Amino acid sequence: MHGRPRIAPTKEEQEASSLRAAKLRDLQSQVLNFHHNKIYTKEAVEISAKLLESNPEHYTGWNYRKLAVQYLLDQQSENGVDSNSIQSILDEELRIVENALKKNFKSYGAWHHRKWVLSKGHSSTDRELRLLGKFQKLDARNFHAWNYRRFIAGLRKIPDEEELQYTTDMIYDNFSNYSAWHNRSVILSILLGKREKGYHDKERVFGEEYEFVRNALFTDPDDQSGWFYHLWLLDQTLKREPVLLSSWPPHGSNLCLSVDGSLNDRQTLPVPHFQSKARTFPLILYFSEGVEGVSSSTVTVESKCHAGDDFTWMPLSANKFGFSQAWLTYLKFPNEVHSLEACPVKVTVAHAAGITSSSGMPCSQSCHISFTVIVPSDDRQHSELQTTHRISWKEENIRSCTTQSLEADILRSLCELEITKENKPTTPKWSMETISNEIAHCQELLSTTNCKIGKLTLARLLMARNALISYGNPHFGTEANYEDVLALYRDLMKMDPAHICYYEDEYSLVLLKQLTSNVGSLMKHCYQYQESSSPSMNPYLCVRLNGLSLSRLGSMEQLLWVQMLDLSHNKLRTIEGLEALQLLSCLKLNNNRLCSFTALEPLKTLKSLEALDISYNEIGAHSIDTRRYLCSSPLTHAVGNDWNFKKFTDEDVKLKDHWDAYLLFKDLNLRQLEITGNAVVNDRLKAFLCKLMPSLKRLNGEKCC
Amino acid sequence: MEETTSYPSIEPSNFDLIVVGTGLPESIIASAASAAGKTVLHLDPNPFYGTHYASLPLNDLVSFLESQSGPQSQPPETSSDHASISLVTRPLYSALEINTYSSEPIDNSRKFNLDLAGPRFFFCSDSIIDLILKTGINQYMEFKSVDASYVSDAEGKLENVPDSRSAIFKHRSLSLSEKNQLMKFFKLVQGHFGNESEEDKIPEQDLESPFVEFLTKMGLSQKLKSIILYAIALANYDQDNLEVCKDIINTKSGINHLALYHSSIGRFPNANGAMIYPIYGQGELPQAFCRRAAVKGCIYVLRMPVVAVLMDKDDGTYKGVKLVSGQELFSPQLIVAPSFTFPSTLGPSPAQVANSCDAKEKVARAICIAKKSLKPEVANCLVFIPPRSLYPEQITSIRVLQLSGNVAVCPSGMFVTYLSAMCGNVEEGKKLINAAINALFSLPTPGNSEKSAADSLSEHIEEKPRLLWNALYIQELTTGSFDSISRTMMPDEHLDYNNLLDATEKLFREIYPNAEFFSVTTLSDENLDDGGSELDP
Repeated sequence: MHGRPRIAPTKEEQEASSLRAAKLRDLQSQVLNFHHNKIYTKEAVEISAKLLESNPEHYTGWNYRKLAVQYLLDQQSENGVDSNSIQSILDEELRIVENALKKNFKSYGAWHHRKWVLSKGHSSTDRELRLLGKFQKLDARNFHAWNYRRFIAGLRKIPDEEELQYTTDMIYDNFSNYSAWHNRSVILSILLGKREKGYHDKERVFGEEYEFVRNALFTDPDDQSGWFYHLWLLDQTLKREPVLLSSWPPHGSNLCLSVDGSLNDRQTLPVPHFQSKARTFPLILYFSEGVEGVSSSTVTVESKCHAGDDFTWMPLSANKFGFSQAWLTYLKFPNEVHSLEACPVKVTVAHAAGITSSSGMPCSQSCHISFTVIVPSDDRQHSELQTTHRISWKEENIRSCTTQSLEADILRSLCELEITKENKPTTPKWSMETISNEIAHCQELLSTTNCKIGKLTLARLLMARNALISYGNPHFGTEANYEDVLALYRDLMKMDPAHICYYEDEYSLVLLKQLTSNVGSLMKHCYQYQESSSPSMNPYLCVRLNGLSLSRLGSMEQLLWVQMLDLSHNKLRTIEGLEALQLLSCLKLNNNRLCSFTALEPLKTLKSLEALDISYNEIGAHSIDTRRYLCSSPLTHAVGNDWNFKKFTDEDVKLKDHWDAYLLFKDLNLRQLEITGNAVVNDRLKAFLCKLMPSLKRLNGEKCC
Repeated sequence: MEETTSYPSIEPSNFDLIVVGTGLPESIIASAASAAGKTVLHLDPNPFYGTHYASLPLNDLVSFLESQSGPQSQPPETSSDHASISLVTRPLYSALEINTYSSEPIDNSRKFNLDLAGPRFFFCSDSIIDLILKTGINQYMEFKSVDASYVSDAEGKLENVPDSRSAIFKHRSLSLSEKNQLMKFFKLVQGHFGNESEEDKIPEQDLESPFVEFLTKMGLSQKLKSIILYAIALANYDQDNLEVCKDIINTKSGINHLALYHSSIGRFPNANGAMIYPIYGQGELPQAFCRRAAVKGCIYVLRMPVVAVLMDKDDGTYKGVKLVSGQELFSPQLIVAPSFTFPSTLGPSPAQVANSCDAKEKVARAICIAKKSLKPEVANCLVFIPPRSLYPEQITSIRVLQLSGNVAVCPSGMFVTYLSAMCGNVEEGKKLINAAINALFSLPTPGNSEKSAADSLSEHIEEKPRLLWNALYIQELTTGSFDSISRTMMPDEHLDYNNLLDATEKLFREIYPNAEFFSVTTLSDENLDDGGSELDP
């Protein structure tokens, strides 16, 4: 059924097909008429059968038949139950479904109808198994048939072990059967979940499964079906509780909150200063994977300044199911706090059960973060210094942090802070052994076979091992294999250019992991930025990751403290992950491959962002920009109704032309924006942006009118 | 020989071709000649079809082998207008050895259909299968799958032959890297035959080199090489020992075998693997060709010995034959089965007669009967015992075919196992076959074979099937020859009929250079006059 070339129909075929279409249309209108008028006569039902046997995809037709069958069954029960006639009504349905499936054995509607009939409980499942056998012969991978098989196995109460054996047989027959491997993973999950006899020892079962699939991988490394199963096994092997990776502020830190960003008392306090106008302070928790259930009941915040405060936690990077790696709340410091008063704060994560990962694993290990915030008095009148100066990004303003300096110490202290967990979860020995074993096998395979999916798997395995080591070992310094992994991805980009975007993304993630894996390598990218025109300002903590060919961002948990970030001259197509950098004030994204405003959506949560450079990207360069419609848009109903039309009714600037820019910028408080070098830019857009953001002082270096 | 004299008289007395013996080559030629419009008389002194290619009940097989092993009695002298030369049979079997450990097989003699020329099977893509389909004789035959093939070691431990992708995947003893190597090699060969691009082709110089060297070059392990050479390419001789090897397989023929193997898998939807076997035995095949010949007008007379060949008195050329009934029949061409010979030097071509038997190699064959399969749960299977597996001096591969009651060659519950191996002389042949039998079967010790209680107990403990009966014999290998009296070949040492079919077609073309060897158009109306002209006294 796969890989058949499409042949253009001849004239005769076209004529025949239009004739068939006319017949179908006629049948269809008749059936719809019966449906609307609730006509369930014998003739009407027969016409619907005709329609469905030639077009099994007519879902309304199936629904009509369900109503008709229900009507006939109800009639039967009124006349007294006659099991024979019920049987014959249902048998007729099964016959029609079978004919429909002969026409198209991948018809969702037909399979669903069959399930519906079977759930009435009057039909023999023996016949269904025979039918499934036939479908298996036609196409062993037909996932509809496999799906239906699970349904029938449930009805017949076939033991899961028997069904597992069936997948074994089918895989022995031909191991290029994604559906069989998939069903195997489903059944194994059930068996392991139930801890049935012979399945309580997960390690032994998985050991055998690795062995089983390895035979397929070595026999035909180019066949992907086994690799998919292998990936599932790896996933199960690495499955662990979600843990808190990092936080802002970091555990053990002393921070100084400054309202205006000026250098008050900095000489006496060698601690980082952070500016906040509203005397609020972001508190960020960053987990090892997306979790849900972060709330005031699962996370407690103890602080004498915040007694009685109710903390609302917001997901920062939530997927549509509400799972997010980064969670945010705000600490609000009341005005009456006295000058230079140190306020110790203790956060307990997973204080109570409730935080769970998307795979259902609970975060059961509670952990603490303690830090101290020094809040200056607010009795001084603040100048508007920091709010007026312009960020020039001049090289002379950027100072390296690699030397021994006060700032370097501060940065180092931020990078090195560790979360204390009461019971640090240790990596199971078995996971580590399994991964090492799989790495050895993968390397053995690759020593004789140049196989792209094998290389990809090896790269994933090496990264998984690194992750396991870093969980098990509290100290940095496990970057043993990063260069090997990067080399593998470089190979893959050459071998398999069709999937280069994926490899570039993975390469970027590994590279960022490598850069952030220890203080030494991270410090090489850390700088301080101080505008020469305003020397009294607090310097920004700056990270430069420019010119690294990054196409995607990762390892953001290591950069939660960054105030200024240079990502220019990369290949970024997305900036997912930046939403966690809540302290970010200045962001350089020029000379990347961002191709729409909606790709900048993560910026919407960055309330401190003031200076943004997105010049020389590809915004507006692609006439068909699918990404624009994948994100929230007026079409998805995901955005609020707060469209401020009045503002834009009079002018030639039309809101409907720039809805994506509107959605992005309406919540930002930018003072400075560089947007030049994008196809979308014109005077009207510039005027629109100036109007949209009253805070905007400079657009493309020019003062906003 | 029949005591009675009720031999039928044959009309007419002149034919285009007279064939004596109903072995497979004779039957194919009779059938092809009939299809080409020739008048053919097909005679056989035996009461059954097939001659050396027959499948026989157990007792009949033994008596046929006995009759063909010893020295021949002189035929009665006859006289006629023509010079006549007595036609006698020469012994082509020797060292016949029968061991009966249980009377059960003999008691059920008629329930057996034992192949004289076993072991033999078909690959689904064999040329003989193409011929069977082309001639339509598949309507007279039915086939069943040979379920599996194995390689055996000296202890009789059987391992699957990894002959397909799924078999490689399932294989229990190949290492992961061997699986990888073997599948890569299969893909290489597929690429060669896929002829999509020149770079996928195996270079010409490799094709001409010994297959074993090519396999080494491709990095295959010793174990894989052995499997490919002896269980897939079906090599007879030890390919690693090029000095003693009498038949070195080159890469071209090796990969052709592999391609045949792979194209056989899945050719027929109801055949599981690459190999099939005809129900009721290989003897069905010559019989089916005879039926096809009969449909085309060939006249059949079984139990009709030919006592003499008639020669022209003047120039000594062939004229006709004299039957045991005394009737004289004439034809320009005569074909005889390989066992017929002429005692005197008066023969038309004594040199050819001598030549046809000059092959020094013989083939040792054995038939074993047991009540248990070599491999539990498997009915029909092949086993290969590669050279040097049994003992260091074993230079030929031993091939084993086990068949069960499901192909109607034995009573259900019993298993017939054929063995064959090439050998230089009788002693070597016996040593080879006996060593193989010892590896695969357990022989009842003479003392307690009668004690049934002990039997059942030991049967329970033993893993190997116990031998109930076996026959061992050495068969001569002869080639065919062409003249006005042509001779066909004995069953060759191979497991298939490819060489035989080539030789037979060649012989047919020599006899009838202008006739077509089975034209496709002759398929038309054979169902209507099925078997109309078959004669049987």
